Amino acid sequence: MIRIRDLSLRAGDFSVRDVSLDLATGEYFVLLGPNGSGKTLLIHCLCGLLRAESGSVEIDGHDITHVEPRLRHIGYVPQDYGLFPHLNVARNVTFALRAAGLRYADALREAGPLIETLHLTRLLDHSPLTLSGGERQKVALARALALRPDLLLLDEPVSALDGPTRAEVLAQLRAVHRQFAVTTMHVCHSIDEAGTVADRAGVMIDGRLVQSGKLADLMEHPANAEVARLLQVGWKC
Amino acid sequence: MPPVAGPRVHRVSVVTIAFLGVFVAGVLALIAGDLFYTSPRAIADALQSPEVRAAIRLSLITTAATLVLVVCFSIPVGYALSRYRFPGSVAIDAIIDLPIVLPPVVIGVSLLVFFRTSVGQWIESLPLLQFVYTPQGIVLCQFMVSVSYAIRASKAAFDGVDRRLEALALTLGCTHGRALRWVALPMARNGLAAGAVMAWARALGIFGPLMVFAGAVRMKTEVMPTTVYLELSIGRIEPALAVSMLMLAIAMVALTLIHALGQAHRWWGT
Repeated sequence: MIRIRDLSLRAGDFSVRDVSLDLATGEYFVLLGPNGSGKTLLIHCLCGLLRAESGSVEIDGHDITHVEPRLRHIGYVPQDYGLFPHLNVARNVTFALRAAGLRYADALREAGPLIETLHLTRLLDHSPLTLSGGERQKVALARALALRPDLLLLDEPVSALDGPTRAEVLAQLRAVHRQFAVTTMHVCHSIDEAGTVADRAGVMIDGRLVQSGKLADLMEHPANAEVARLLQVGWKC
Repeated sequence: MPPVAGPRVHRVSVVTIAFLGVFVAGVLALIAGDLFYTSPRAIADALQSPEVRAAIRLSLITTAATLVLVVCFSIPVGYALSRYRFPGSVAIDAIIDLPIVLPPVVIGVSLLVFFRTSVGQWIESLPLLQFVYTPQGIVLCQFMVSVSYAIRASKAAFDGVDRRLEALALTLGCTHGRALRWVALPMARNGLAAGAVMAWARALGIFGPLMVFAGAVRMKTEVMPTTVYLELSIGRIEPALAVSMLMLAIAMVALTLIHALGQAHRWWGT
């Protein structure tokens, strides 16, 4: 169970204001919002890359609000995947396992099921620089999942992909989620994307979480005109 | 820049390439003059002299020690300059660049004066830390003159590493130290190596501060540039040329290495 309470922070022109949200264990939650609404800021705060100004974050009852990133047990896949270009695919995927103290061979064995699920076996010796967008996405996903995190954060994971690859990666995300049952927060601004993967969704506007719930409920009863515009549905006062 | 339509040869290209040609020809003429002044046999004989061999040996030993010190300092300093903001960072930048723009002999004078102060004399009273007119003094001069080049290269190398990748390493279980070792250092390695080579080559070639601070005592504080000066001062041009040729070859190898490491464009835009 992930419990976020009254979380606030500011960085430059962006802010997150009093965000409260509960994610059930194993849930796939999609956070929707226009550019600049604070989605990425929230994700960075959750994984510890930005310090919260107020509020709290708990995982299974443990307060991690001020815990350093490496101890949070949260996997993060940034928008540009953030693969380490000086390491091959195998070294990227096993990075967190080696940081946890495993030797390379043991780490590779440990990551084996994940590598197979994501069809990365033939790419293990490749440099990330030679991979397609879809392949990079899968490597980044495998790397973030290797330590079996309590929470997986995906920042616009398919926004840089073309149509067919996007559909394939979304299907793979859903498959991986089913297989590893990891609680997931997926940030995007596409309602179609959310519809493909989400158990539940939330809408963030101007740093505030304006509404959350089943996607169908959101579309049927948008909280305000801005939410309705984002979800591309009609709005009645 | 991709080629544009129209004539490939125009006034700007002709004039600028002519200047380039004159400069390159001038440098090559100097090298050719050195090469044809004496014979390879005479150079080989000169390199056999005990004084020249001692100078080469001392140059290699002192520059190796300087290289170790330069690497130990330039990597953390370059990283700090690249990653953190300080109050007074403009002044700090200026202080770091000072040895690059100062005439090297001024550094020698400053060192000499410093070691006449009570702090300097206390340092010299410590074991193994006698600097004035000693080989340790040569290392100190070489370090002071060359470290700024390595620090600049180190900062440029770390600037080229996306700091978000280091942040990402933290979410993957790394401490800050491990993120530096596993991500920033390997990604900056070419720039760091090129900076070290540049600093080493600079250290090998310094002369002015050594004359002031370490002296030019034959077989004691004599390094390769000192040999060139001492041999010329007694009218022996072959040994001076032989050592000059050796230094020229070393400089060419160092520059080739820097280019091979792909760093020249970062410093000089080539």
